[in-house]
Amino acid sequence: MTGDLIFILLALLTLVSAVWVVLSRNLVHAGFGLLFTLFGAAGLYAYMGADFIAVTQVMVYIGGVLVLVLFTVMMTHVPRDKQRHGVDRYVPAAVFALLVFGVLYKTITAVSWHGLAGPAHPTVARIGAGVMTDYIFPFEYVSLVLLAAMIGAALLTREYHPTAEEGDAPAEDAATDQEVAS
Amino acid sequence: MEILTAWLQGLPGFGGMSDQGLFITGAALMATLMFTVMALCAIVFTWMERKVAGFIQSRYGPMRTGRWHGWAQAVADMLKILGKEDIIPAEADKGLFVFAPLLVLLGSLLAWAAVPWAPGFSAANLDLGLFYIFAASSMVVMGILMAGWASNNKWALYGAARGAAQMVSYEIPLALATIPVIMHVGSLNTQDIVVAQQGGILNWFVLRDPFLFIAFWMYFIASIAETNRGPFDMPETESELVAGYHTEYTGMRFAFFFLAEYANLFLVSVIAVMVFLGGWWSPIPGLDFAPALTFVIKGVLMVFLNMWVRWTLPRVRVDQLMYLCWKVMIPVTLLCIVGSGVLMITSGALG
Repeated sequence: MTGDLIFILLALLTLVSAVWVVLSRNLVHAGFGLLFTLFGAAGLYAYMGADFIAVTQVMVYIGGVLVLVLFTVMMTHVPRDKQRHGVDRYVPAAVFALLVFGVLYKTITAVSWHGLAGPAHPTVARIGAGVMTDYIFPFEYVSLVLLAAMIGAALLTREYHPTAEEGDAPAEDAATDQEVAS
Repeated sequence: MEILTAWLQGLPGFGGMSDQGLFITGAALMATLMFTVMALCAIVFTWMERKVAGFIQSRYGPMRTGRWHGWAQAVADMLKILGKEDIIPAEADKGLFVFAPLLVLLGSLLAWAAVPWAPGFSAANLDLGLFYIFAASSMVVMGILMAGWASNNKWALYGAARGAAQMVSYEIPLALATIPVIMHVGSLNTQDIVVAQQGGILNWFVLRDPFLFIAFWMYFIASIAETNRGPFDMPETESELVAGYHTEYTGMRFAFFFLAEYANLFLVSVIAVMVFLGGWWSPIPGLDFAPALTFVIKGVLMVFLNMWVRWTLPRVRVDQLMYLCWKVMIPVTLLCIVGSGVLMITSGALG
């Protein structure tokens, strides 16, 4: 009974805030609404006994991804800006949403959920052992992908220093032009 | 938590209660207890901070309220702040403005749940303990960002952006510095981490090997930045940003930020105690009379160290702050992980 109540509350939190994210006309509100959706999803994971995934969800999505999303929204957006409307926006969104829903529906119906409702037991030791033995190749592969992303990010944010053969730095030229103009 | 429910069961009138009822009552009691300790921390530490600052700057600090060294000053301040007018700026984003202080407080209170106060006594004895604490405190970043945005004030927004960038960055060396200890213990459970340090000061992880010693200081530096305190108080620099992300907050809502700051300060200090400084064990083996008291005293000493640093060192620049995090502390903590691992293998600790 108490368990059901907790589940209903968590599901409500996730769904209501998800609807808020979609319908909110203010992008920053939508971003903060996502906080509750992700938190509710983490709660649902914890409720299912997947404690490691729940905490990782909070750590990665709320502590990392969402902060980035909000930074992007805040830096590219005017506070009371309105989202644009029109058929050219709704149709691709609807098609994409239907596709995702189709995949999710297939997955949800394919899994037998009754076997999973056992008592919760800690998962972190099993996950750690799994990552270091059976799944060592995917684990190393993911770390390689992350390393590539990191190098890419470092390269992109690096200042452009043309070598002597390429001539003077364009940035410096622009600066002197501005100084002359003023 | 288990101790608390067992104790509840023994009370008259609670014996016939169902397990769920006991659990909920116990959880509510525990949350109240944690919140009370948190509020007490804020009161004691504000007074302590002013006295420490006064001592370091060759002055007295509060002396009059309550006769003995102004001990009642913090209580008086708290009562004053309760009576203050609650102002919400006309142009503020009202919903977010009201919710932000609660979110900041929620983040620290969530993290407090896994603190091991005494053997078997934490609000939630989680298998993921340390990982959970770091995840929960990442909620604080969201609260700060929300507060800065909702205030609709350029100083507040700058402060929030700085705060978020700083906390997201320093979370990494903070967590990495604890990994050598996790390798030694083989568990993330906070109780297990403390139990592994039994047997006097030489068994505390800070003195186990040189890399752990370095990792402790890396953790300490990162924890100062993580709580946004000097010399890393960029989000609140009064000479540049008025007061940072809580510029527009008044009365009780401001008090929430204040409470959360000191709650976080004590949290990072007790994590240092738990991970590196032997938790509730006393320095001399066999003298463990009052584990919870030992734990809290060590925590307060760490808080004192934090204040000492705050009132001694000048503030760094934003670029120096980021340089220190990404180019010094992260490589050093990574080195600590590798070094400690090598020492574990060569000393045969892995069996």
